[in-house]
Order: sequence, then structure tokens, then C-alpha cells
Amino acid sequence: MQLYELTGHELKEKLDKKEVSCQEITAAFINRIEQVEDQIKAFVTVTGELATQQARAYDDAEPVPGLGGIPYGLKDIICTRGIRTTASSRMLENFIPFYDAFVAARLAEHKGVLLGKLNLDEFAMGSSTEQSAFYPTRNPWDLERVPGGSSGGSAAAVAAGEVAYALGTDSGGSIRQPAAFCGVVGLKPTYGRVSRWGVMAYASSFDQVGVVSKDVRDCALVMNMLAGHDQQDSTSIDKEVPDYASFLTPDIKGLKIAYPREYFQQGVDSEIVQQVMNALKHYEQLGAIIEEVSLPHSEYALPAYYLIAPAEASANMARFDGVRYGLRDQEADNVVDMFSQSRSVGLGDEVKRRIMLGTYALSSGYYDAYYLKALKVRRLIAEDFQRVFADFDLIVTPTTPTIAFRFGENSGDLIAQYKNDLLTVPINMAGLPGMSIPCGFVNGMPVGMQLVAQPFDEGTIFKAAYAFEQTTDYHRARPTLGVNING
Amino acid sequence: MAISEKQVEQVAHLARLKLTEPEKQLFAVQLTAILEYAQKLNELNTETVEPLHHILPVYNVFRKDEARPGTPREEILANAPLIEDGQYKVPRII
Repeated sequence: MQLYELTGHELKEKLDKKEVSCQEITAAFINRIEQVEDQIKAFVTVTGELATQQARAYDDAEPVPGLGGIPYGLKDIICTRGIRTTASSRMLENFIPFYDAFVAARLAEHKGVLLGKLNLDEFAMGSSTEQSAFYPTRNPWDLERVPGGSSGGSAAAVAAGEVAYALGTDSGGSIRQPAAFCGVVGLKPTYGRVSRWGVMAYASSFDQVGVVSKDVRDCALVMNMLAGHDQQDSTSIDKEVPDYASFLTPDIKGLKIAYPREYFQQGVDSEIVQQVMNALKHYEQLGAIIEEVSLPHSEYALPAYYLIAPAEASANMARFDGVRYGLRDQEADNVVDMFSQSRSVGLGDEVKRRIMLGTYALSSGYYDAYYLKALKVRRLIAEDFQRVFADFDLIVTPTTPTIAFRFGENSGDLIAQYKNDLLTVPINMAGLPGMSIPCGFVNGMPVGMQLVAQPFDEGTIFKAAYAFEQTTDYHRARPTLGVNING
Repeated sequence: MAISEKQVEQVAHLARLKLTEPEKQLFAVQLTAILEYAQKLNELNTETVEPLHHILPVYNVFRKDEARPGTPREEILANAPLIEDGQYKVPRII
């Protein structure tokens, strides 16, 4: 077993026992990046030199608990002081933040080792990384397929062993969908659990920072570092943070699990449905109580999301005007042309499309019919979940309707593209925590199962995910990528 | 509910985007498709439903108004495309 194949907590154990140094671990990941990055293209920026310095500093100081000293990557929408942060956009190709995002600072405080900034769909708008202005990332399980998105770089890098874990962001499925496509664990915490300060905003009432990792324990240990109140984010909640690792117990007897029939029906690949139904049977054998329920308004989540999220995006994107930062078109001789031309050159198709859609949905005459209507539907969707959670501890669904698709497969049909988020968007609509864990394979590609709990009850998700993981082997499967390239 | 190229132009102006002719044609088709998809919401009667603006019961969040160190001007200006005398420089406005 190579060092880069180990989980964060396995590496940490070796590090604590002094079987290996932080510098050796870091060198193993840097070496792995050199071997496979040409194929995967998970990174926008590799910070090898910084990582080496941080590793040396770790070895020279007292050990740090948690996942201190373990090499990680950050989605390139999370600001890092002195390190280029692009959002995979031409607009910010040369943007160097003068501060760390709250979550970046948290990991730095824990003496994490930053290996680099990971690729995404431009400004987190997309489900495949095909919308990155630089290049798409490839799925380590099949280089002809997308890794998912928008946190595709994060999921691909973890699956390929280029980082031990990574942070992503999730507004409509952007952590869970790529985690499912790449066969890794992905958690979107409750809206408000993790500070968004210093994370570039896409759709502010949905965006949440979360974790991509190789297993559930790593995810819990990373959440221990991230969760908590931050005064700088007014939507961050001041609520006690439990030790998430304390939920990692295999006993789930009596846990009440609901599976909503709407998430197993039309539009969802029957082989994926089969895998998740098998997983539910597995839960039943472990002592959980399984029942079918209905979430009747979930089918309205996607059209409502594609009005509300672009509306919020159009407001958030207004800051990119070529004045204070980012690309400026130097040709314009008046200020309005300067705004328009800078934005037109600096922003990609999907970003422009969502700005247009959002601007339209918010414009006078259409506001009530589209934006307000969607907000009302949002309430109906959230209330459905509340009703189910009155009787159940957990909701289980497939994470995605299909396995990872091939590049360009959905490029002609926008609605088909957006339907990647069919099963994940409702969770963001209701602000709930959701995790995708590997639960099988279809045609050699990983399948993800989504676990959803009540607000701030990440603990129940960790418990159920851990119980599944402890009694199955899906999380141990790794893509064979790079197996012939110098071991 | 078809969106015309003229409407696309108007929205692009509001959004401060300068679109090429092919972009205008494409967006007219695509926005129409998305808005048609959104018509699905009209299957639901929401007359008595309150819009959900914030998912969490968080209202006004206050902190003490205390002086804190700010960010040095030169750090903030370091990312600006064009500056002069410690200020952002833009084309003539009036």
C-alpha cells in the first residue's frame, strides 16, 4: 500500500507513531500528483513548494490533533491568502486574495498541508467541470467520463490519491454529485453549520462548504475542524458543535430510515435504483427500520432551484465589473462599456446564461410569476421534509440519476444537464445536511447513496454512513489509474 | 412564453453583458426552454403559501460597533486592474 492510497486518519496514525514524517507523506502526494495529474487535471494550481515548507514546519513542532499535518486540497473558489484563487474563471485568472477564507484559516491552524487549488465549473455553476474556463477534469475511474461538478477537481483528486481529502462547496449537489461519480464520500453540512466567509458566492441561500474524503471517519475529522460559528458570516449559526467522531459507532438498531418513492422513479437509472435498494436491505439487516414515504413536492425542486439560484447568482456576479479586481477590458472609453465588455470577455457561457436567467426572473413584471413563485414552492418542499422527519431519523435516496456521463454527452440539452441535480437540489432547498457514500458499481463506475438528516443532525448521518461502511467494502475500491506508471 | 432576441438584448443591458449575435440567438432559445420548464411550478396552487426567503430562523444579526484594524489599502489595491494615486481608475463617467 502506497502512502497516497491511505486515508487521512491512517496517515495520521503513522505520523503520530513516528513511523513516517509529514515530509515523507507530503512527498508521496507530490510524487503522485506528478505521476497522474496530466491525465486527471484536477488542479488549477499546485502549491508543492508551500506544502513542502508546511510539512517541514509540522515535523519541527509539537503534533497537532485532528487531521493536522495531513495534505489536502481546496476547491479554487475558497480564498487563500497570497495564493491565486480563480473560481476557474478568466475573470479571476490572476486574482490573489489578501485573506484566507474562514475554512482555509481553520485548516491552516490545524497545521494541514495545502497541496493546491482544485478545478471546478466556473464559479461553481455546472455539474461536470466542463464549464471550467481552463480545462475539464477527468474521472479517475474512466478518463472519458466527467468527474461531476462543480467540485469535480476535489472529488477526482481524492479518488486519484492526489490529496488525502479536499474541501468543496455545494449549492445544488456540487459536493455530493461528484463524490458519487468518483466513488468517494462527500458531505454538504446543514446550511449555516460552516462559515462561508471568504468563499466566493454563487447562490447565497444555498451555498455551503463541505468535505470530500476517502471514508466517513476522515469526513468527521475534517468537519471537527470546520464546523462552528463565525461572526463574519451572518448566516453562520451559533450552535454547539459535537465531536463528529463520537458518532462513529456501528450500532444502528432501531434507526428509522425513510426512502421517498419519488427519488426511485422515472428519470433515475434502474440499475442505480437497484443498488440503493440493496443498500436499504443491508440497513434492514443491520437492524434499521425501513419504510417508504412520499415527498410530493420534490419534483418541483429543480425548476424552482433554476429560478432562485440564478436570481441570487445574477446579484452576486454584479461585483465583477472590472473596477476593483478581475479582468478589465482596457479598450472601453466609457464606464458602462467597460463593465459590459469586461464581463463579456471574463465570464463563460454558463455564468452568462445564469446571470441572464436570474436578471430576467427578478425584473419587474416577472418577479412575482417566477422568483416569488419559486420561493413559495421552496417552502412546500421544506415542509415535506419536516413532515417526514417527525417520524424518521434519516432519509436515503440515490445521489444521482445516472453514473458519470461521457464528456459532451449532455452538451446539447440544458435541461438534461440540469437534471444531474434532480435528487440533490431538494436537500439544498430545505437547507438540510446530506452525504453521498459509495454503495456499488454500475458498468464499472461508482454509484452514490445519499443520506439526509434534519438540520444540524450531521451526527445521525455519520452514524448511519459509518455502519454501512464498516460492513461493506465499496469505500476501499480505488480506480486502477496510474497502476502502470511507476507503481 | 418565447423570449425574443429583443428581450434578450434588454436583459443583457440590465445585466451589463455585451452579447454577440450568435449568443443572443442561443440565449433566446435556451432561456425560453428553461422558462418553459419552470411553468411546471404553475401546477401548484401557492395562493396561501408564504415565500421562503431564509431557510434558517435567523433574523437581524448584530455585533458591537467596535473599531478594528482594517486591511491596508495597498493590499486591497494590489488586485485592481488600474490605479492612480492610491485609488481605482476608471474611464470618464460624466
